[in-house]
Amino acid sequence: MTIETAAQAAYIVAALLFILALAGLSKHETAKAGNTFGIAGMALALAATIALAVDHGINSLGVTLLIVATVIGAAIGLYRAGKVEMTGMPELIALLHSFVGLAAVIVGWNGYLHVEADLGGVEAALLRRQELLGIHSAEVFIGVFIGAVTFTGSIVAYLKLSARIKSNPLMLPGKNILNLGALALFVVLTAWFVIQPQLWLLLVVTVIALLLGWHLVASIGGGDMPVVVSMLNSYSGWAAAASGFLLENDLLIVTGALVGSSGAYLSYIMCKAMNRSFISVIAGGFGIEAGPADDKDYGEHREITAEGVAELLATADSVIITPGYGMAVAQAQHGVAELTRKLREKGVNVRFGIHPVAGRLPGHMNVLLAEAKVPYDIVLEMDEINDDFTGTSVVLVIGANDTVNPAATEDPASPIAGMPVLQVWEADNVIVFKRSMASGYAGVQNPLFFRDNSAMLFGDAKDRVEDILRAL
Amino acid sequence: MMIIGVLKESRADETRVAATPATVVQLIKLGYEVVVEPGAGLRSSFSDQAYREAGATIGDPLAADIVFAVNAPSTEQLDGLSKGATLISILNPRLNPELVSDLSRRPITALAMDAVPRISRAQSLDVLSSMANIAGYRAVVEAANVFGRFFTGQVTAAGKVPPAKVLVAGAGVAGLAAIGTAGSLGAIVRATDPRPEVADQVKSLGGEYLAVETPDVEVSATGYAKEMSDDYNRRAAELYAAQAKDVDIIITTALIPGKPAPRLITAEMVAGMKPGSVIVDMAAANGGNVEGTVPGEAVVTENGVTIVGYTDLPGRLPAQASQLYGTNVVNLMKLMTPNRDGQLVLDFDDVVQRSMTVVRDGDLTWPPPPVSVSATPAAAASTTTPAKPDEKRPVSPRRSLALTGAGAAALFGLAALSPVALRGHLTVFALAIVIGYYVIGHVHHALHTPLMSVTNAISGIIVVGALLQIGHGDNVVTGLSFLAILLASINVFGGFAVTRRMLAMFSRS
Repeated sequence: MTIETAAQAAYIVAALLFILALAGLSKHETAKAGNTFGIAGMALALAATIALAVDHGINSLGVTLLIVATVIGAAIGLYRAGKVEMTGMPELIALLHSFVGLAAVIVGWNGYLHVEADLGGVEAALLRRQELLGIHSAEVFIGVFIGAVTFTGSIVAYLKLSARIKSNPLMLPGKNILNLGALALFVVLTAWFVIQPQLWLLLVVTVIALLLGWHLVASIGGGDMPVVVSMLNSYSGWAAAASGFLLENDLLIVTGALVGSSGAYLSYIMCKAMNRSFISVIAGGFGIEAGPADDKDYGEHREITAEGVAELLATADSVIITPGYGMAVAQAQHGVAELTRKLREKGVNVRFGIHPVAGRLPGHMNVLLAEAKVPYDIVLEMDEINDDFTGTSVVLVIGANDTVNPAATEDPASPIAGMPVLQVWEADNVIVFKRSMASGYAGVQNPLFFRDNSAMLFGDAKDRVEDILRAL
Repeated sequence: MMIIGVLKESRADETRVAATPATVVQLIKLGYEVVVEPGAGLRSSFSDQAYREAGATIGDPLAADIVFAVNAPSTEQLDGLSKGATLISILNPRLNPELVSDLSRRPITALAMDAVPRISRAQSLDVLSSMANIAGYRAVVEAANVFGRFFTGQVTAAGKVPPAKVLVAGAGVAGLAAIGTAGSLGAIVRATDPRPEVADQVKSLGGEYLAVETPDVEVSATGYAKEMSDDYNRRAAELYAAQAKDVDIIITTALIPGKPAPRLITAEMVAGMKPGSVIVDMAAANGGNVEGTVPGEAVVTENGVTIVGYTDLPGRLPAQASQLYGTNVVNLMKLMTPNRDGQLVLDFDDVVQRSMTVVRDGDLTWPPPPVSVSATPAAAASTTTPAKPDEKRPVSPRRSLALTGAGAAALFGLAALSPVALRGHLTVFALAIVIGYYVIGHVHHALHTPLMSVTNAISGIIVVGALLQIGHGDNVVTGLSFLAILLASINVFGGFAVTRRMLAMFSRS
């Protein structure tokens, strides 16, 4: 057994541990174990790689830098992970994706500097003998391209999610042509680079990919962010897989493919939940039809006070709460959890109904409610709870809009027609917490607000929930 | 501001009233003044004082602009209506042409509460449904009243009591109410209905759906509708005959609009029932589903089976029936008072209002045009057509086979052309994609965020690439690798740590 074979064996074990990690995360009971498997796999992989690096004759400067970089990175990572607000999860995850993207770009560039920049060198000669030099060049290109798209895409997503730039979609003329053009150019440049590996080609493709990544995400609106984030997750996986091909490292390939396909599947679930085509999401800039400004007269909405809501809740026997991104923005989850606790003590059946794309991250609402100590077994998915709205006394809609819009099922002309929604209007009373009468991300007016059984409670969700708690 | 008058019912056997103190409050909120005839609510246990406290005045309702009643008013009452008044009550215009022509000779507007079109938007004003619900409940209560045993099975010190068996024929609104009520009293409930789609509704109320064994689909597809229906009726009769011998109580609710009630239970079947059994025939007023029913009375057959044929079942729960009827009327008023200002507006572009209007300002408007989705743009928007299903049709097996084939061919080409050294990697790559797809397919929705952060941490594995590149002489490569290791380590450590933090927060109740 040499260091080389030992490392290969360790990689296989690590890959299996990663699969176990993902499998473990599918259920609450096994989720923690899954995370531990992931950590174990990562530790094993790192140890094996460092042993391999030492075996390959890494110099002392390399070792020092390696340790310094890992320590700094670990410190930053642990600090950020410990400090991040649960409402800020989407931003953090987008930022982490960008790191993977950038790292993939760097690995690709290093691959170029290592081989193609020195065509007379040992490595190049070795590859040439195996007829792999052309493949290697293509792999460099693909790795850099995917990495760069992930990098700028994630940066734009991060900026949008942290509200540093406007979240409405960018509308460049002929954006589909731009995207397709960039892809076509990439293919042409790849072929050219395989024949003649020149530095400027690599520079050009890096710039194109950076621009493409920026454009793809910039043309997607804020409401569609759950899909974008999981899509970037997928891209970061493909970037890692491409690096794996470049370095002929099976562990990277397996892990990248796992992450890539799981991210793609997650995006697919999100797309289904919004009744949107998967292809148009990957192509960027879907959901742009904001719909004509409809001048339909929906009638008057009715306002209610926090005391009024408290009265309703006091006499209710079942309550369903449907939160949306507004709850995260207002940081209202703790108040909502307190309200839940109080009502449950009174014997009221309180449950939560979560739309798959509520929030800005798949599963965002679940994490917020978990943070506020809401037991997860009363937090239900749309399909689990949609039939129960009939016969429910009170529904509290907190910071959700498009996900509870009856127009999606009733108005075939609506831009969101066909999107599965929480059928809150079937309940006896619907209370909508909202800052104003403005429409949601899809830019569609919500007829729910004008129904006879709905009432609006205006103001900051957190303040209003606390008012209700006082009045109870 | 308009005034609403609430009549005292003229029929001696009517116990209901068209507005209750609770609905008066809502009418006043809509901007109306309400005048209630003295003693109008007495038989529903609503005193004049209660109406006064709700904000109504007690006085002469006939002078009002809008007059509410449960049944059509008597001729004297109609004569007393002021010119231009609007009458809202149950009119039964389909079966009562004399009343319709009488109304059309008067300078009034008349709306029939029982002519609400059956569209989901109008459900909140559908009196037929709300009364059928009460009738279904009361039918079980009447049966229990006559039935000499418990409904629920019990094991007592004095011996074991078997539960009563109830058969409900027809699972409409009344039938479902009867199923629910009988079930909650503890009986074993079975139900029949020609529409197989109601099976789930029956089950949801705790009943057992008995399907009539119809011949196989092949026969029905050729379109022998008449034969089918004869065959169906024969099989249904066999089912009823078998059930009649077994059950203790039968409640029949079968009605066909505009036709006499179908005869479901023959005298022979009644004779086959156990002594002490009870039949409640809710279709008694329309001829009865049971042979031997006497409308309005309970009769006992020679073999000791009681057949209850009361036709006033909703009126036997007067307070409840008045409350639901009153709420139906309030919902109509909400529809017809768009500005909430006490001004009644009759909108003929609205199918619901159009369908209910029998006479408008002395002009006969009965029968209304049939309600169809494309009648007017407004109607099209209001009837709840379910959103079109996704335009993408499910991929046909042939197409999916072709796609799979094309994909396999492309993959084959790619692998066959690639150098030997790459082939192993491609194999690993393809298998890992499939594993990733299957592993994620079962993830609980609540764990999507932790899943993303953990995959994020795992994709920090790219650090392996940088680790192998650092420190082999070239300073540029080493510098870049340093940066890559740093970034990827943030991912690895940050990703796992934040996942841990999140997972620790999830807790059960």
